Order: sequence, then structure tokens, then C-alpha cells
Amino acid sequence: MSEQTIEIPRRESSILRAIKSVALLRESAVGMVGLAIVLFWVLVALFADLLAPFPPNATIMPLVMPGTEAPDGGMFLLGTDHIGRDILSRIMHGARQVLIYGPLATVCAYSVGIPMGLAAGYVGGLTDEVLSFIANVILSFPVLVLYVIIIATIGASAVNIVIAVTFASAPGIMRIVRGLVLDLRSREYVFAAQTRGEPPWRIMAVEILPNARGPLIVDACLRLGYVIITIGVLGFLGLGLPPPDPDWGGMINETRQMAMAFPHMALFPCLAISSLVLGFNLLADGLREVSLRD
Amino acid sequence: MMIFVLRRCGTMVLTMLVVSLLLFLLLEISPGNVATKVLGPYSSEEQRNLWLEAHGYFDPIYERYFRWLGNFVIGDFGDSIRFKVPVGEVLWPRLANTGILALATLGVVVPVSLILGVLAGMREGSTLDRTISVSSIVTTSVPEFASAVLLSAVFVFLLDILPGTSGMSEGFDLKQLILPVMVLAVYDFGYVTRMTRASMAEVMLTHYIRTAVLKGLPYKTVIARHALRNALITPFTVIMLQINWLLSGVIVVEYYFAYKGFGALLLEASLNSDIFVIEACAMVAVFVAVATQTIADVGYTYLNPRIRFS
Amino acid sequence: MSTNGKDYDGPILECKDLSISYFTRAGEIPAVVDFNLTLRQGDSVGLVGESGCGKSTVAMAIMQYMGNNGGIVGGSIVYKGRDLATLSEEELRQLRGNEIAMVYQEPMAALNPSMTLGRQLMEVPLCHEDINEEEAYSRAIKILADVHLPDPERVMSSYPHQISGGQQQRVVIAMALLSNPSLLLLDEPTTALDVTVEAGIIELIAEIAKKFHTSMIYISHNLGLILATCDRVNVMYSGQVVEEGTVDEVFDHMRHPYTKGLFSAIPLPGADKTARPLVPIRGQLPLPHERPPGCYFGPRCDHFAEGSCNSGLIQMTSVSGEAGHGVRCCRWDDIDWDAYRPEGVGGATITQGERVLSINKMRKYYEIHDNSIAALIKGNRVRYVKANESISFEAMESQTVAIVGESGCGKSTFAKVLMGLETATDGEVVFKGEDVSNYPVQKRTPKQVGSVQMVFQNPFDTLNPSHSVGAQLARVIRKFGVESDKHKIEHRVMELLDLVKLPRDFARRRPRQLSGGQKQRVGIARAFAGNPSMVVADEPVSALDVSVQAAVTGLLMDIQREFRTTLLFISHDLSLVRYLADRVVVMYLGHIVEQGTTDEVFSPPYHPYTEALLSAVPIADTSIEKKRIILEGNLPSVINPPKGCPFNTRCQRKLGSICETEDPPFVEDASGHVISCHIPMEELRKVEPVIKMHKEEDQPAAE
Ligand SMILES: Nc1ncnc2c1ncn2[C@@H]1O[C@H](COP(=O)(O)OP(=O)(O)OP(=O)(O)O)[C@@H](O)[C@H]1O
Ligand code: SF4
Ligand code: SF4
Ligand SMILES: [Mg+2]
Repeated sequence: MSEQTIEIPRRESSILRAIKSVALLRESAVGMVGLAIVLFWVLVALFADLLAPFPPNATIMPLVMPGTEAPDGGMFLLGTDHIGRDILSRIMHGARQVLIYGPLATVCAYSVGIPMGLAAGYVGGLTDEVLSFIANVILSFPVLVLYVIIIATIGASAVNIVIAVTFASAPGIMRIVRGLVLDLRSREYVFAAQTRGEPPWRIMAVEILPNARGPLIVDACLRLGYVIITIGVLGFLGLGLPPPDPDWGGMINETRQMAMAFPHMALFPCLAISSLVLGFNLLADGLREVSLRD
Repeated sequence: MMIFVLRRCGTMVLTMLVVSLLLFLLLEISPGNVATKVLGPYSSEEQRNLWLEAHGYFDPIYERYFRWLGNFVIGDFGDSIRFKVPVGEVLWPRLANTGILALATLGVVVPVSLILGVLAGMREGSTLDRTISVSSIVTTSVPEFASAVLLSAVFVFLLDILPGTSGMSEGFDLKQLILPVMVLAVYDFGYVTRMTRASMAEVMLTHYIRTAVLKGLPYKTVIARHALRNALITPFTVIMLQINWLLSGVIVVEYYFAYKGFGALLLEASLNSDIFVIEACAMVAVFVAVATQTIADVGYTYLNPRIRFS
Repeated sequence: MSTNGKDYDGPILECKDLSISYFTRAGEIPAVVDFNLTLRQGDSVGLVGESGCGKSTVAMAIMQYMGNNGGIVGGSIVYKGRDLATLSEEELRQLRGNEIAMVYQEPMAALNPSMTLGRQLMEVPLCHEDINEEEAYSRAIKILADVHLPDPERVMSSYPHQISGGQQQRVVIAMALLSNPSLLLLDEPTTALDVTVEAGIIELIAEIAKKFHTSMIYISHNLGLILATCDRVNVMYSGQVVEEGTVDEVFDHMRHPYTKGLFSAIPLPGADKTARPLVPIRGQLPLPHERPPGCYFGPRCDHFAEGSCNSGLIQMTSVSGEAGHGVRCCRWDDIDWDAYRPEGVGGATITQGERVLSINKMRKYYEIHDNSIAALIKGNRVRYVKANESISFEAMESQTVAIVGESGCGKSTFAKVLMGLETATDGEVVFKGEDVSNYPVQKRTPKQVGSVQMVFQNPFDTLNPSHSVGAQLARVIRKFGVESDKHKIEHRVMELLDLVKLPRDFARRRPRQLSGGQKQRVGIARAFAGNPSMVVADEPVSALDVSVQAAVTGLLMDIQREFRTTLLFISHDLSLVRYLADRVVVMYLGHIVEQGTTDEVFSPPYHPYTEALLSAVPIADTSIEKKRIILEGNLPSVINPPKGCPFNTRCQRKLGSICETEDPPFVEDASGHVISCHIPMEELRKVEPVIKMHKEEDQPAAE
């Protein structure tokens, strides 16, 4: 073998690959719309301090219709609520809450669900039976019943919501991962890794998990949308983030009694949450479409 | 087959037992709390101890669990703290109301989503398919509380043709049922539609459909005899599992429309720490969920000859 | 209308200048270009070519069933004088299944899983003819008997999954014949079946052609099957027919360099490996949108001439003196085949070294838990799958031992035990002096692990799609402790790529950017990364295109010879085995029924199963005459194997009850040639050879 310097080309950086997959998404109109909506809300949340015309918790002028001028200049574009807080500013700051706790809860749920799913699917046997049974038990609770009971018992706070979401979603994630692993574990490259004596954790983490990422990313988008709904519902039921900080569900709950007379107070937060969830759902659909084509 | 059904029922009982144990541990592990909840925060230490003594709370925990479980099985759930009557008396009528709501919702969701799903899946990629798929994504993106607000804004505020609450204080009123059912149906039909569509689209691509077409069967026969039979197995399971979701939905809807159902009861109980009601409601909800799951599994096996005859 | 259609006496089918494309996001994919075919009553024409060359597309176009992205972009298909493109949906419906019927590749997928077979059969006459249920039923029963299905009534009331693959295909054929069609399209009807089952189906098809005078188009990638079923053949390459003619013309006097190359690249068991080495075709099939200008075969052709071969579409020209023999090559008359001596693979046998592997009475049973009511009552909840039963054989350094047998005979289980993924239930597996039968892979030293490695079957799943080729090879090198320095590892990766003749920059590629053959080469590189003393190759080329198979096989053998590695070659392809193996082990239902040197196994005395297996192999050689042995019945299940001789339920030479009660003895013919059968060796020696030449020459004539 002649001695020559051999350039082993670098692996593409993961950022580059992420950009490439976004480029792929361009082919799905639905996915692009979803991405645009999500990005819009992310930007709103990031720059809420700059964008919001008023402080979110300042009580200025109660029960004002959209488009009214504020006493000290500026305008209540979306009106104010029953105690005089600017709805637009509250929606913007509320986006921040949702986009912090939603992804956080989802990530927590995944970091519990993925190892469980890998273990159940790859190790199998008793491990699988025990994990699957636990998952079945938790999944047999109607989700909201579970949330209501958990939150009623441990109290409403941001951390508790994250805990509750993790507890309630991890089993579903586990099932999906398990299914994917059952399919992937009979691939020949896994077999090859086994025949060279790789330890099980490495097979799960390096050989199997990366190949499951496609469906998992799609699932994560859908789940994120659902977690946002959940946070909203809890807020709506009065079990969400404690007031006065703005929370979309809570805003609707506080004002819905007056919705007959002042529909704008509940309407705009409804539109906000629906559009964000729609964004994630469309994005998931687009990703799925693109990944199936490849 | 028989064995399978028995085994599924066994699993179901086991699940219920574990759930009951979980609930018991979660809610009754510390007797002090129970007493506080029952007697209120201003009760004295002495009162609480007397109550605990009287209700056997100083017995070993497993004895308490089994007694509690025994009572549950015979339908004695204890007394509601708020209503001061046996839980059953509050629960059963509420459950019946929710049953009406759920049945009405399924009555709308099942036909609509099956028809739309089959139509969309039959010609994958057509304009009809795209329209149905995107609109089902849109409707599932609107949470129930949001669609409740939106729909009442339209039908109550703008058009003023439907009542805004469904308390049914003057007896049963069909009109009051419309909005809650609409809200639940709008949220739920999208998922069933999409699953039906996916299943139908998959079946349409199978080789046996190709065989059927190339046999020279008329298109209608191909769809009716070959495609539907196979394509509707998955939606059946999905619909049964959807009942579980519906139970979540009713909490929101009943709360919003002040409908006197089981979901609202659970919520009130949770907010008021009415623990015996919570326990009973949770057990009932899980029972319904597990039972439908079992039916779904058994039905799936039955509908699928490949499993049925093996 | 349909009746007078059946009295028609012009050509049944004419395809004129047919071009078919698929329209995808990437643009138009021309799947079939300029296809011509004329089919008369009773003709049977073969379409042969490698995967993706457009064979199925032609069949689907004739059926006018192109999916929603396919379309005929030029030419016409005329069926009994009617242009199919002009027919209405309703007129087409009346043709389909009635006048033109089709048999598909995967019978299980072609049948509706939730409908009884009877219903599916009766549908055909019920929808095309004016008859009642009873008549339809009796017609179905009759046709099931015609395709030799035992117990037609039972079949009628079964669901597809309740009968075996071979039986399913018979049902599909019956379904196609039900309305006595004028044209039968068969798209790879036996590809999904085992060889011995395939032989039965092929015989049935030949019988049908005679009995019903149906015109047939038989699609296959296997030249041997075309020889067994067709009168004429069209050889397709990358969407075009490159050569057409009668079977004799094309098989014995082929003119197109591709046809020629194809025949030189496939092993023919009639010939000896030294006399007729395999000649691989270089390169790989072009993707439809990467076809070169001019001749599509140009980049792989040794006779390519700049100017004439790459200027414009090459037309089909007829070979002078042979009316129906056409060839799509502008230089067919100029090529001097006698002077053309391409380099072959295989050949030179080398001296064998010391014993590397010795397996002694190895058994592997899997436990399964039976939860049926019957088992609960009887109390025998645990049953055994006897995957390997009393396996004994040896392998020497640099020897190639082939293990042959049909699916489910225990080949892969055996490989798993050897690799340490399963432990043996009983017996010894002595590898380089150490019994490893009870050492799972985790307990073996890296050196032990590295010295037995494996090449897998499926190119699409042999490499992890998430990691680059280089990273995957580097991992193996590090794992086996060959190198540990980062730089040296990289260097070694490059050496390995050189070894398997792949460009070095493939190290950076991801598996999906590689073709099947290239992936398989990386798989070979991976197996040889740890300098193994033994490599187990589990059907390493069976999933590859025919024209690529020879090259990959050759590569494997070259490397093996260079490193004096022992190669265990697991295969169902006896022709290939004859080419590369030194010894052959024949397995049936977990038992070794015969073993010996390649020559010993391929000539009498045979074990009756070996004899049947040999006779079932389709051979693309007109000079060969085969004894026809068609095995009855299906492969028994390993859960419930027959008592006595495992082969007794299908054996064509079964002696009688002794075969059902007593295990057959292992009888040695010559030293090392062992047959396990009750028939005395003298009797077996008298058996005629299965494969005989009936022409003096043993090679397809090259003039
Ligand atoms: N629905 C489709 N959309 C796009 N391209 C297709 C489609 N079906 C087939 N093709 C392409 O058309 C070409 C011909 O395919 P076809 O299935 O006719 O080949 P084949 O000779 O039958 O191959 P095989 O031996 O694998 O069955 C291939 O390149 C294939 O990738
Ligand atoms: S036309 Fe030229 S390149 Fe093509 S097969 Fe003939 S000689 Fe080869
Ligand atoms: S032992 Fe009997 S059944 Fe077995 S192969 Fe010999 S003759 Fe056939
Ligand atoms: Mg094909």
C-alpha cells in the first residue's frame, strides 16, 4: 500500500443536514405553511418584550373593544380584558409561556419514553412485558382524567405540568419507539453489530435509534401540538399556570363568562392557540409526506 | 380465539386492579390528608382522629386497601364530601347524561369520518383527498375549549339560534345538546377520518386490489367487496379507542356548557378535593377505557381472518 | 362480444413501437422504449431481463393498468385488432380477467386475505358470464383440480393464509384460467417460491399452454425458466429489447454483447468451472434517467465504438438469414467473437490447509410456548423447533464449503450458532481447536469474534443507513483491535475499499448513495476487516442483479483465496455452488442428508433429495437434458417433522414403511462422501445422472 495521505472527508455537520432537510420540506406546501406559522410564533415569543405595546400584567382600561386608543397614546389593537390588560400584549407573552413549557415537557417525555421503548423493543422478554404493562395501565386513563387527578393532587405549577405531561406521554412514546425498534432490530446491520459483539446499549443507541428518527420527528411535532393543547386545557380548567402571568388557556377561562358581550376577549387567545397547534400539525404532515417520498 | 378473549379479559381485570392500587396510593396513602379533606381544614386534631378511628384508617394499609377494593366492587364508593350523599347517587345520573352526549357524538363522528375517510383514501392525491385531509388537520388543531368559544360566538352571539349553556335545568332539551356535540365532533372526526383515509389508501395500493381490478370486476364491486372489508378493520379499532379520548373531551365541554355530566363532576371533585368522588370517577373512566380497548382488540382479531384462523 | 372475440384468428397481440413512461417529481422516467412484439395464437414469448428493465411495465401496459403516474407515451397495443388505448373503461373491464388474465409474482399478496378462495375464484365467471352460483362453484372446483390442487373443496373454503405458497400460486393460476383467456401474462410467477416448488409450477404452466392453447407472455429474470416455458424470447436491457428471436437462436447464437455477457455471467451447472469460468459484466445497470446517448449498454460494452455506438438511438436490425431474430446493436456483424477472450473469475483451485472448523453432532432446538387449548389439555406446553439436528462436518483453511437447501432447512440457524448469536443445544463446534458451541458472542475474545465474520444477504439492509461507509468500516477495525490509532484506522479503511475495488471517496458516502452491488462489496470489506480465518456468506449475491452477481462472487472468491480464508457459502443456487465450492453440504429440514466434494455431490450416487433438487434447478443451456423429478407436497414444518427419514413425505424413491419409522443411516460412499438414506449404496450408484449433455459441445456456441 503506497504511503499517501488519505483524506477522510468529514461527516456532514448536523446543522448542514438539518438545513438540507428543511430544504426538502420546501416540496410540501402544507409543511411550509406549518413551518411559517411555527416560526412566526417563535419570533413573537422571542421578541415579546420588544413587540408587545404594553406590559402584559398592567391594568390600564377595562373592557375596551379592539382598536381603541389608549389614554397615554398607543392603541389596544385587540382590546383589553375585564380588568384592563391589553390582550395583544398578553397573547404575545403567553406565546412565550407556551413555547417554553410545551417543548420542555415534550423533551422530558421523550427522554423518558425513548429509553423505555428501546429497552422494551430490543431486550424484549420480561423487560418488555413489564414495561408494556406499565404503559398500558397509564394509557388506559383517559388523558385529561389523568391530568386532572395529577394536578389536583400535586397542585398547579409549571413544573408540575411538565411532570404530568411527561408521566402521561412517555408511555405513548415508548410504544412508538418499541414498534420501530421491533422492526429495525431484525435488520442485517443490527445482526452484523451483534456478530461483532457490540454491547446492547451501543446497538440501541448507535445502530437502531438514528434510523428511527424520521417517524419520531414527525411524532414529536404532533405531540408538541397536543402538549400545547393540554397546557391550554389545563389553563382553561383553572389548573394551569398560576395567574397573573398570561397563559392562553387561562385567558379564555377568565373571560369566557363575558364572552357573550365582549367576544374578543376569548376569541383572540383561541385563535392564537389554534393557529400554533395547526402550525405544528401541518409541519408534521409535511415532514411525513417528505419522508415517505425519500 | 376463546383463549384469546379470556386472556384479554384477564389483562383487563389486572389493569383495573393496578389502577385501583395506584389511585389508592395516590389519594389515601396518608390518612391525615383524607381526614382533613373530609372534615375540612378547620377540624381539630381530635375530631380527625375520631373519624379515622371510626372508619378503620388505623388498620394496616393492605387491610385498608382490600376493604376499600371490596366496597368498590359492590358499588359502595363512600359518601361525597360536597354533596353529603353516597357517591353512587351523584355519579350514576351524571354518567347517564355523559352517555347521551358521547353516543350522540359518536353518532355524528362515525358515519361522517368513515365516509370522508373512504372517499379520500379511494383516490389518493386527488383534490377531494387533499381537501378532506387538510380540513381534518385544521379541525383537530382547534382545541375543544377554543372551538366551544368560536362556535358559541357564531351560533349564540351572532346568529342567536342556539342556547349558550346546556344545564338542562328544565328537563332534557335537544337544542342544548347540539353545541356540545358539535364541539366534540369537530375535534374528534379529524383523527378518525385520517386513520380511515390512511387505511383505505394503503388497501387501494395492495396487490389484491390490483388482482380484483384485473379480474375485470366493476370498480364498485372492487371497492365494496374487496377494499372496504379490509380497510375498515383499522378504523374500527380507532373508533373504539376514540372513546377514551372522548372521555377527556367531555370534561372540557361539560365544564364549558355547564352540562351536568360525569366530566364536570370529576372536575368539580378534583377542584374541591372530594376524594371519594374522584376515586369513583377515575375508576369508572378507566373501566370504560379498558373495556373499549378490550372490545377493540377482540374485534380486531375477529375481523382479521389471518389471526382468527391460526 | 366476448365470444366472437375468442374466435379471432389474426395475431392475438401486437405491440408497436410502444414507449411507456412514469411521471415523477424528478421528471419523466422512460421505463420502456420502442417495444415491439407480435403474439399469435398458442405462442409463448419470454421477456427476460434484470430488475428494473421494464418487464412488468410492459405487462401492466397490456392490462392498461398503469397506476396514476404511468402512461403510454408512444406506439400502440393492439389486442385482436382493437387498439387498447381507444377502449372505454367498461370495454377494458370486459377484457380483463376474461380475455387477458394475469398471474403475479407474490401469490400471497395477490389474494385478498379476508375472503375465502372459493369466493375469489367464483367472482371471475360470475362477473363475466351469465351463470349462477352453482355453476360457478363447479367450474371453480374443476379448475382447481386442473391445476392439481388436492382436495379442491377444502381449498374453496380456505383463506389464503391457510395454504402454502406453492398452492396459493396454483390458485392464482386457476383464477387466471377460469374464463379460458386468450392471453395469459405471467409476471415472475415462481420468484417467491422454493426451487422444488417452482419446478412443479413451471411444469403446470407448460402443461396449460399445451392443453388450453393459450398465448402466453412469460416474464422472468431467469433464463433457465424461459427455456423451460417459451418458444420465443425477448431480452430486455434498461427499457429496450436488445435481442429477440426463438429460444434456440437467442440461447445458442446470440448476437448482442449484452445477451452474450449475460450468458457468460451466469453459472451453468452443465459446465465445469475450469472449462467455462464466469465472466462478469463490468459496471452496473444505468438508472432510467442516467442512460447514455446511443446504445444504453455502451458504458458496459467491450465492443463499444466511439461514433457509431453513441450517436442516436440504435435500431433493431434483423440477423441475416434468421427471419425472426433481431438485435439492437449496430456492430453485431463486426464483432469478432472468436478473438474475444475476456478474463473470467474462478478457476485455480488451491491447496487446502489444516482443519479450521469441525462440527460434531451439533443440535439446535428452539423452544416455543404453545398456548393453544389442545396443548393446555395435553400439558405439553413447550414444543421444540428442531432447527438443526445432528450436524457434523469439517472445513479446512482456504476451503469453500457450500451449504445448500431450501428455505427453512436450518441454514441460517446454523450460521447463528457459529457466530455465537445462539448457543448450541448439544454437540460441539470446534473452531481452531476450541469448542465455541456454548460461547455466545459476548463471551468470545475480540480476536475470536474477528476471526469469524459474516457477509449478509440483503444489500439494502446490510449497511446502517445512518452512518457513512467509512465510519462503519472504521468501527469494525477499532472493535477488533486491528488498529487503534485514528490515522492508521483511516488508512486501513482505504485499504479495505481498495480491496473490494471501490473508489476511496466512497468512505464519505452514505449507503443510500450506493447501488446494491456496491453495498454488498462494502459488506464484504466489513467482513474481512478483522482478518478473519473464516467467513460465513449467507446468500451473498441472491438479491443482486444477474449481471452484477458474477462480479461480486468473483471478488469474494479472490479475496478468500488471497487470505486463505475458509468460506462457508450458504446458498440455494446449486449452479453457483457448483462453480465455487470445494465441498457441498445438502440440508433438508435441519438434517444433513448428503455431503461430499462438489463433484461427488453433483454426480451419482445421489441422495434422493439432492437428485430432486438438481433436477429442479432451471438451467439456461439448450445443450443440457435434465431428468425431470417433481416433488409432491410441501415442505413439512420443522415444529412437526416427519418421523424416520425427514424427507419421507416427499421422497420420490421412498422404500416403504422403514423410511417412516427408522432414522436412515449415514453411509459413506467414498471417503468423505456421506449419504443418509435407507436405500443401499449399490442401488444409489446405479441412478442415472440428472444432468446430461445431449449435444457434443458443452458451451453455447460462439461463432
Ligand atoms: N410507479 C412508478 N413510478 C416511477 N417509476 C417506476 C414506477 N414503476 C416502475 N418504475 C420504474 O420503471 C422502470 C421499469 O420498472 P419495471 O417494474 O417494469 O421493471 P421490471 O423489469 O419488472 O423489474 P423487476 O425485475 O424488478 O420486476 C424501473 O426503472 C422502475 O424504477
Ligand atoms: S451498439 Fe455498440 S455499445 Fe451497444 S452493444 Fe453494440 S457494440 Fe456494444
Ligand atoms: S430414507 Fe427413504 S424416504 Fe428418506 S431419502 Fe431414503 S428412500 Fe427417501
Ligand atoms: Mg417486475
